[in-house]
Amino acid sequence: MSRRGRLLLFALGGATLAAVLVIAERGLPSFGDYHGVYGRVVQATEPVLRRATDLVTALNFDLRAFDTVGEEFILFASVAGVALILRRMRDEDDRALASTPQEHRFTGASDALQLLTLALVPTFIALGVYVIIHGALTPGGGFQGGIVLAAGPLAMLLAGRYLALKRLAPVWALESVDAAGAMAYVLIGLGGLVFASSALQNFLPLGTPGQLLSAGTMPLSSIAVGIEVTGAFLLTWTEFLDQALIVERRH
Amino acid sequence: MSFYPYAVAAWLFVVGLWGIVASENLVRTVLCLTVVQSATYVLLLAVGYRHGGAAPIVADIPVHSRLVDPTVQVLVLTDVVIEATVSALLLALVVQGHKRFGSVDPQQLRALHD
Amino acid sequence: MTVLQAVALTLVLAGGTSVALTREPLRQVLLLGLYGGALTILFFVLQAPDVALSEIVVGPIAMPLIVLAALRKIGEQERERRASEAEDDR
Repeated sequence: MSRRGRLLLFALGGATLAAVLVIAERGLPSFGDYHGVYGRVVQATEPVLRRATDLVTALNFDLRAFDTVGEEFILFASVAGVALILRRMRDEDDRALASTPQEHRFTGASDALQLLTLALVPTFIALGVYVIIHGALTPGGGFQGGIVLAAGPLAMLLAGRYLALKRLAPVWALESVDAAGAMAYVLIGLGGLVFASSALQNFLPLGTPGQLLSAGTMPLSSIAVGIEVTGAFLLTWTEFLDQALIVERRH
Repeated sequence: MSFYPYAVAAWLFVVGLWGIVASENLVRTVLCLTVVQSATYVLLLAVGYRHGGAAPIVADIPVHSRLVDPTVQVLVLTDVVIEATVSALLLALVVQGHKRFGSVDPQQLRALHD
Repeated sequence: MTVLQAVALTLVLAGGTSVALTREPLRQVLLLGLYGGALTILFFVLQAPDVALSEIVVGPIAMPLIVLAALRKIGEQERERRASEAEDDR
């Protein structure tokens, strides 16, 4: 079918879809009029039962921890897929870049940018660790903090020091970190099976709400997920940047 | 007027689909997929919103105050992170496909298959 | 619905439409970064700080980086392919 025919067919189908969506959305309660019970149940029980103050993280790692296991493994599988697809093919080699990794710079970064990167890298890392650990208390948790933490070493890319970044975080290390995070989360779940009656049950002492070591296994799950997300994203970025900057076809 | 968020979600969904269908470059297809996914985020968060509700964190407000629904936020939160990884997987496929078949045009790739 | 929410929704609408309707992937990537910012504002205004935290790192930083690296690789391969085809023609 020609392109015009395809677009015309979609115009018809798209208009119908839009109409159906609007009709379906008319059946929803109007914006702001949320009547759901589940949210109120969580609000009533979670701070008392689990001494957690961030309800979103409590849902993520405690009440709906099984969904999080599934999502973690989606993340893991996607990153494994990227690493597999972007592997070095038979007719490819790494480009020969001059001098040692510490000295090599990809051109273009001014001195001001390099200085800024020097300030950014530890800031991101500290902020990322803070957000991960305070998952159960304030907005934050494994997923958010993991990405912020991964953006730290990535800032070295801004200064053109990509090879130094590769030395700091080689692929084998990133793969190990990613796998360790996934395994740690599963082990915490199995700990629930061993020490409490069911898997993923919160089994550590609960403490007082508002303190760092409260809410049982939630900080631990948060750290496990944070480690996995950091490893996953750094691995993905490294694979793509390798393809763009380092890999070339053998001539 | 209170239908506006739902209308925005429906519009983004259809416009994103249009971008996918009309795309001549597979990278563009992946980015339009991002728009389609963001339509679902808008819809979910709009469903869970409550007038006058605060964010679902009871660290410094009384426990029984009026909150927005935390469940939909959990769904959207994990999806934002995982969508980036899945898009990365799709882009890896596009890059390797270009290496092997020499094109990122979906029409040309189909011709090569014949 | 407050004015802030209406403005945020309109920004998201404009951003999403522009990302979906732009032809060139490179331009789309820059618009995607801005669209991520608009989404972050919307999530924040809808009282979802956790989600806003994720989106602000994924939208403007993680996604554009991956797409730009992919675009660069594809561009390089295109140039190589054309150069080798020109040589074959000679």
